[in-house]
Amino acid sequence: MSGPASLQSVTGTAWVFGDDINTDVMAPGLYFKSPLAELAQHCLEAVDPGFAPNVQAGDVVVAGDNFGIGSAREQAAMAFQHLGVGAILARSFGRIFYRNALNFGIPTLAFPQAGEIRAGDELCVDPAAGRIDNVSAGRTYEVSGLPPHLLRIVSAGGLMPYLKQRLAGEAGQ
Amino acid sequence: MKQTLTQKILARASGQSAVTPGEIVTGQVDLCLLLDSGGPRRIWPRLKELGVGVWDPDKIVLASDHFTPAVDAESAAILKLTRDFAREFGIRRFFDMQGIGHVVLAEQGFLQPGMFACGGDSHSCMGGAFGCLMMGFGAIEMTGVAVTGEIWIQVPDTVRVNWTGEFSDGVVAKDVMLKLCRELGSNNASRVIEYGGETVQAMSIAERGVLCNMAAELGAETGVVETDQATLDHLRAVGEMPAPDALDWRSDADAAYAAVHDFDATALEPQVAAPHSPANSGPVHDHAGIAIDQAYIGACVGAKLEDLRMVARVLDGRSVAAGTRLLVAPASQQVIRAASADGTLQKIAAAGAYMLPTGCGACAALGAGILAEDEVCISSTNRNFKGRMGANSAQVYLGSPYSVAAAAVAGRITDPREYLQ
Ligand code: SF4
Repeated sequence: MSGPASLQSVTGTAWVFGDDINTDVMAPGLYFKSPLAELAQHCLEAVDPGFAPNVQAGDVVVAGDNFGIGSAREQAAMAFQHLGVGAILARSFGRIFYRNALNFGIPTLAFPQAGEIRAGDELCVDPAAGRIDNVSAGRTYEVSGLPPHLLRIVSAGGLMPYLKQRLAGEAGQ
Repeated sequence: MKQTLTQKILARASGQSAVTPGEIVTGQVDLCLLLDSGGPRRIWPRLKELGVGVWDPDKIVLASDHFTPAVDAESAAILKLTRDFAREFGIRRFFDMQGIGHVVLAEQGFLQPGMFACGGDSHSCMGGAFGCLMMGFGAIEMTGVAVTGEIWIQVPDTVRVNWTGEFSDGVVAKDVMLKLCRELGSNNASRVIEYGGETVQAMSIAERGVLCNMAAELGAETGVVETDQATLDHLRAVGEMPAPDALDWRSDADAAYAAVHDFDATALEPQVAAPHSPANSGPVHDHAGIAIDQAYIGACVGAKLEDLRMVARVLDGRSVAAGTRLLVAPASQQVIRAASADGTLQKIAAAGAYMLPTGCGACAALGAGILAEDEVCISSTNRNFKGRMGANSAQVYLGSPYSVAAAAVAGRITDPREYLQ
């Protein structure tokens, strides 16, 4: 087994989205042949053109149900990683997007009370413990933290660094 | 313990006698499907970074379909890189510009009942038509599969969807799925949809493929149909011997389903989904009269031989309406050969359809046939998300091949049953 997971809390501003935000609007096919930096500038453009140009490193994406429904395109998760998104919280997730986001090392948590977060709230997210502090509203939420098999991947920084550790014999199953 | 088909396959793949929903297991992968889009071009640089090769080239099937044919320097480079990857790693089951990977898998008979298969594409679930468990993943995770041959799965719940009765003429599997998108919604992660009942038993493997393909639109882990005689017959017809235990890959009679839904096929009308979600569906007459610029027959789900035959049946002796264009991108080269041999293509061409090369084409705005701002399209594809087929303001309706062909003739959305007399 790998050592105890050391995963930092992240603090940032909340960007709030609704239900059923699909991967086509996170990473539009029209920009598939463009470099990631350019594709990322169109991330969520169809639902919030202000997001990609203004999101800051460490900011937290908060969404309703089924965030990331749709295709397997990993560029959806890579766009958030490229933009420096610190954590993704949603009431529920599209299954492939959820796995992709964790595999790129983005703390990604199911958050049943996502609807209580306002755009611009300052959030502090502890993905290992499953604690979300809404600093602006003075409220704390307990959610399920990342399970051990995912915590190992996210703590390593994503699937690639995890595979490197594993191939080097530093990590077990 | 009584188990569903999904549990049985995951138990076998993870070396256990039984598994329970919610449990995390590591499955050994029997078949890995890679496509030009999320395959070699994204995986190869990572293999180099890790300093390793693929775990078993004989378990990989590779197809170039998303960027075919090359239309610019970038797509040409992607297709070349895909060929180089096949050569470098000795992947013998490589299908270069032969058709959409999901359809090629079915044509070749590579999927056997009971298999645990993974694909680097969300519509990999289409493989469930063969009584196997096939799931889609992102390229990052398929890199892990390519290196280790295994992947973690949280054992999903199984939801059983039964259809009974006979469809009326002009109603097909695509209509079933558009209705299910509305009824079951698109938020079904952690669930596998198992389709059954006499209507499903009476379907061809191609139509079962439509049910499983659009499990992706339900947001489900995947879709499956239990193995039966039709599965075995299909495998034999494409020259494959079914495994001796093939018919065992069924759910136990009293397996625990998370939910069971029953639907009546006799009452089903042709369905159309309005922009911008497959769940935004209803009977075709809800949208009748909407003028269209483009009708598109394409994609893994909607341009198989059976689909082209539906189109030809509507178009026979008719013409595409003035001011409307009908684009047809057959799902594979084999489909083109079969449809030209039996006269299907002739009827489609005679009606004035514009023929496109085989491949994903306009389905994901990667190939020819994409939409301009504010254009209206009806499409036999599986998704109509905003911007999916081109401009963000384009309006895409989804329908069966019958509904798309009927709209092409009328120049507006219309009930296809009027064209089947
Ligand atoms: S045809 Fe469309 S849905 Fe099918 S694999 Fe290609 S892009 Fe995906």
